[in-house]
Amino acid sequence: MTTLDLEMAEIAKVFFQESREGLDAMESGLLSLGTTADTENINTIFRAAHSIKGGSATFGFAAVADFTHGVETLLDQMRNGVRPVTPEAIQTLLQACDCLREMVAATEAEQPFDKERIAALNADIAHILGEQPNQAPTPGAHGAAADPGAANELCGWRIVFEPVVDLLRVRNEPTRMFAELSCLGHFNARADVSRLPPLDELDPESCYLSWTIDIAGEVSRAKLDEVFDWVDSRCRVEITPTGSSPIAAGTAPGAPAAPAIAAASNDPKSAPADAPRGSALVSAPAQKAAGESGSIRVATEKVDDIINLVGELLITQSMLSGFADGIDTNDLDRLRQGLSQLARNTRELQESVMQIRMLPISFAFNRFPRIVHDLSRKLGKKVELKLLGEGTELDKTVLEKISDPLVHLVRNALDHGLETPDRRRAAGKHETGTLELAAFHEGGNIIIEVRDDGGGLNKPKILQKARERALVAPDQDLSDEQIDNLIFMPGFSTAEQVSDVSGRGVGMDVVRRNIHDLGGHVQISSKEGLGSTIRIRLPLTLAILDGQLVRVGKEIYVISLLAIVETIQVARERVNTLAGRTEVFRLRDEYLPVVKLCDQFGVEPDSRSATDGLLVVVEADGKRAGVLVDDLLAQQQVVIKSLESNFKPVSGIAGATILGDGTVALIIDVPDFIRAAVKRSGGAFTAHAA
Amino acid sequence: MVKRILAVDDSASMRQMVLFTLQGAGYAVLQACDGVEALEVARNSSVDLVLTDVHMPGMDGIALVRELRTLPNYRFVPMLILTTESSQEKKMDGKNAGATGWIVKPFNPPQLLATVARVI
Repeated sequence: MTTLDLEMAEIAKVFFQESREGLDAMESGLLSLGTTADTENINTIFRAAHSIKGGSATFGFAAVADFTHGVETLLDQMRNGVRPVTPEAIQTLLQACDCLREMVAATEAEQPFDKERIAALNADIAHILGEQPNQAPTPGAHGAAADPGAANELCGWRIVFEPVVDLLRVRNEPTRMFAELSCLGHFNARADVSRLPPLDELDPESCYLSWTIDIAGEVSRAKLDEVFDWVDSRCRVEITPTGSSPIAAGTAPGAPAAPAIAAASNDPKSAPADAPRGSALVSAPAQKAAGESGSIRVATEKVDDIINLVGELLITQSMLSGFADGIDTNDLDRLRQGLSQLARNTRELQESVMQIRMLPISFAFNRFPRIVHDLSRKLGKKVELKLLGEGTELDKTVLEKISDPLVHLVRNALDHGLETPDRRRAAGKHETGTLELAAFHEGGNIIIEVRDDGGGLNKPKILQKARERALVAPDQDLSDEQIDNLIFMPGFSTAEQVSDVSGRGVGMDVVRRNIHDLGGHVQISSKEGLGSTIRIRLPLTLAILDGQLVRVGKEIYVISLLAIVETIQVARERVNTLAGRTEVFRLRDEYLPVVKLCDQFGVEPDSRSATDGLLVVVEADGKRAGVLVDDLLAQQQVVIKSLESNFKPVSGIAGATILGDGTVALIIDVPDFIRAAVKRSGGAFTAHAA
Repeated sequence: MVKRILAVDDSASMRQMVLFTLQGAGYAVLQACDGVEALEVARNSSVDLVLTDVHMPGMDGIALVRELRTLPNYRFVPMLILTTESSQEKKMDGKNAGATGWIVKPFNPPQLLATVARVI
């Protein structure tokens, strides 16, 4: 492989990336196109297709270029208002986007294409264009036109060239053309100076000369045309063969009667340019693109920020190293100042490094316009999708893992939440339903809401179903909110019949579990006839936790601030013992189990009874418990170290962290603890106290 | 003296290809990703040739050529537009706007160099 090939392969990689971005732009453009031809939008879509076509042709990916050609032609006609923008055409173009995406991927991976699919889509596009499928434009068709030029080997030509006076205006220089001609064969030119005005009228920027040129030698007509290709069509260019070869008359089929051809008016000149399409493919990238989730694209400014901070850190370090030889009391102020500077630098550096992992949620949201478009067509529903807060940033890992649960929730909202246009009209609502996806920050969390204005959840039906499946006791009284959230219970599906849209076995319980695995929380609320809102609360990152340090005896534990509802001291009369062992306490109108860390971890506490210590009320999965601790210490951000990779998984412990004094503190796995506590106390704590 | 070429294209891969080819042949290359940026670059520096794509967001290649021709020091600078074989009318539009000529896409590095050599 030559350096040129290597370099081209590198550039081809840029092309693949660019094509993917172009296709994304096309897709979102098509989705927002609706039925009216918004010129700027169509232009953007057209440009994307155009660039993909140009690039793929340049880099030798002929199949991609050919396929894009049809798409581009259709878009061009829409852009010029010749072709109406119909939902069918949009649908076909969307499918073409999918197909192109696969073709680009296949080209990059050097895999074969799905030829049938390409042919089928080509036929669809041709159909819209009103062509016979087989007449899909093939550049090879031009090949025939190149023949006459190739056969045109003559002994010489006479060219009469009479330029317009303003030829030089666009820098078409006769001298350069002559230089080219003289490379082709023996060149002889005579200038005609008859148009030359008197000197005082002469405009130095105009061309008054014309020429008669003789070229001797075997020169093809195409070569000559190429030289005069660019000159203005107003110029007179007459090219006549001077040789007596009998082939001459027969080989200029375009103009046998009139040997003069305006140079710029015929098309076969483009034929030579088609040649490289058929020629060798640009050698494909030697190594495949690295796994995408393994790398992060970081804005340069974020890296610059970090480099800046490292610089600051070095200054502080050199300032502090001055104290290595010992200090006297006069230096204390400077030492204190240096340390506080160090603390600030470290904090800022940490924030900046965390920033690298932060991506806008639009990465997850971007796929929804297409999903909603396809699904609403399939379900015969009219839906307007609104995306809010797309710029909200969250950790890359969280982002990747929240994507699938979100898709599930959106599918559910479309399938079960929003009604058909008929039903909506009957209910006095606009026939187009609204689905909103919103993301925003709240405290140290990110909130994602999926809101629809559909029919809301059918509470009686949910309750009935839950009773049938013994998920709630027959006599249990639940609040509206509790009923709604029953849909997150394992084995729950209220769809009357299982459709292929949602309800394929992956239930809301899986969604909830996925969200919990991310340290998040999900909740649904709905109003009959008005719609539902699903609210997901997620930590911004998985690597750092906002923790509350608590003390039990001599040990320090960390509880996630996210899980803590409140911390209380309870009076003796509010604490009961169940079955002589499990302690419960009454908080407002609810009985909660007491979780004793001392028993769990075998440490010696200051206080054994719930009334002596403090109860940290924690919540997970909609259930609460009180964790008995001796003391509340500081709240601080802790870096989570995996216990699993450093030791082994321990039930009840989510990880560990290292405190400022070097000791290790365990991080409590709140959901795990609550599950265990509820189990021990017989599951009676989901109910309100009577 | 090294000839300076201003290459304008909204596609990074095309820009890179043009850049790589021209630099390899000893030209100095300035880049812009659309007409507006190209005009800015052109105003602040002088070049020996402008190569521009036609379809670009903001200001397209035809408009760019037209604008450039109104600048005193760009009256006689050769300008080539990059176009596809299917757009005969674009060639004429370019011509009328003041373009010197065109390069038909797709083109490979030798074709690009040959065409550039025709004007500078």
